[in-house]
Amino acid sequence: MESQARMVQQADEGTAPVTCGELVYRQTRWTRLTHWIWALSLFFLLLTGLQIFNAHPALYIGKQSGFAFSNDVLVIGAEDSATGPVGYTTILGHRFNTSGVLGLSGPAANPSVRAFPAWATIPSGQDLATGRVVHFFFAWLLSGTLLVWLVASLLNGHLRRDLAPGVDDLRRLPRDIADHAKLRFHHSRDYNTLQKLAYGGVLFVLLPLMIVTGLAMSPSMNAAVPFLADLLGGRQTARTIHFVTMVLLVGFFIVHMLMILAAGPINELRSIVTGWYRTDPPAGDRHEGSV
Amino acid sequence: MPKFQLSRRRFLTAATLGASTVALSGCDAFDFLADLDNGVRNVLEGANDLTYRVQRLIAGRSSLAQEFTEADIRQPQRPNGITAPNDSVYKGLQSGDFADWRLEVTGLVEKPLSLSRQQLMDMPSRTQITRHDCVEGWSCIAKWTGVPMTLVLDQAVVKPQARYVVFHCLDTIEQSLSGQVKYYSSIDLIDARHPQTILAYGMNGMPLPVENGAPLRVRVERQLGYKMPKYIHKIELVDSFGAMGFGKGGYWEDRGYDWYGGI
Repeated sequence: MESQARMVQQADEGTAPVTCGELVYRQTRWTRLTHWIWALSLFFLLLTGLQIFNAHPALYIGKQSGFAFSNDVLVIGAEDSATGPVGYTTILGHRFNTSGVLGLSGPAANPSVRAFPAWATIPSGQDLATGRVVHFFFAWLLSGTLLVWLVASLLNGHLRRDLAPGVDDLRRLPRDIADHAKLRFHHSRDYNTLQKLAYGGVLFVLLPLMIVTGLAMSPSMNAAVPFLADLLGGRQTARTIHFVTMVLLVGFFIVHMLMILAAGPINELRSIVTGWYRTDPPAGDRHEGSV
Repeated sequence: MPKFQLSRRRFLTAATLGASTVALSGCDAFDFLADLDNGVRNVLEGANDLTYRVQRLIAGRSSLAQEFTEADIRQPQRPNGITAPNDSVYKGLQSGDFADWRLEVTGLVEKPLSLSRQQLMDMPSRTQITRHDCVEGWSCIAKWTGVPMTLVLDQAVVKPQARYVVFHCLDTIEQSLSGQVKYYSSIDLIDARHPQTILAYGMNGMPLPVENGAPLRVRVERQLGYKMPKYIHKIELVDSFGAMGFGKGGYWEDRGYDWYGGI
């Protein structure tokens, strides 16, 4: 494949005295294209999702929402107090004052009562209709892209070669965790164990779970596949799982950004834009024991 | 020196990434999408047509919405939208316990109908315990009793060119400059003839309360709540709803909500 053929392009430029390793072709066009479509889709899905959540900022466990009984696990709201309005967030019965961000936000002189603040939603104002239009468009785009990627990755070997963790990966796991903790990164063509687990977890667990819990909220899908909502513990539980999975995806995004900054953003960005990645110099040259 | 250069480059990249994240999260950048006539929005709206087609394909004509048990009725049905119509016509009918209320069935039918509540109650009825899903995100389970809509349509004999059923309501949902805007919405004939689509006059074993749509509301169990109008007084069969309201097939639909509320 082209990756092998074009692999060698020796360190050039003669810039720093730092020894550079080879440039390798690391990411195929399928990986790069789908990566950026997902990034775009998840950006809009997150911010329109928060818009949709704002229409009824409470999460429940079960088939229905408890109004005359209590089955909520998260409520974001605002209430009057002696010192003026206060934004609050109640998680599993524990209430926190979240004025300024959750429940009550905006200019201090004229704050607005809304769960997530204007800067975290698309559109910025309360607009459930538009939020839904944009959300479902990107839900289709994300799902379609995931399917295309799955087929392409099965065919071009990306899944087997790069993502499936092998016995060696698991053996290396403790050391890999230690290396990450010390921010000591090895740049090689292959993903390290934690990368495989993180990317695999997002692509095979979190995103499919997002799609399934999203569909479980659709009344028409409930008629077509009634077991789906039941399997997830009821429509309102599915909605809660959808939200929790969103939080996990945001967590992944934050760690993903930190790792890129720590591992060398230029090189990492180049590989996901052009496909080419500069590896560490051969062992003994600079680092010991590169993977 | 080279070390400094490297870290400066890293710093600049980090700063650029950080700044662009902040810029992107200033989400009024996408407020143009709220404009109903915006071209980009109209493209995105195409996804709803796709959802409609695919869900019709998967769910078919007559797959049934989930039904629940008496034990699942744990609370009164949560009302939404207008809960006490202030319209004089409605209040007049309400004061007479809806004895003078009639359901008109008009439009593309061979035999226009005018049915009293008693006439509807004398027809075969169906009772179902279903989950009401609001577009806002909440759900509530209740027991609904009414006449299957397909029986009313058969009695009126729908003309072949009819494609949609439009529900006209007695409640004013908005006072606009051009006058009172009454609630309305529409569904296709597949959902209108769906076995669980009933014209409901009873709820949880009692006559339908005013806040839930007395004397008559429709249940369209495979769609969201805004597709199930309350306070219905006229059912109109049409081949197009383009000339009504702003042409999108319903009050909320005219204000940017999807015509198909199956998701």
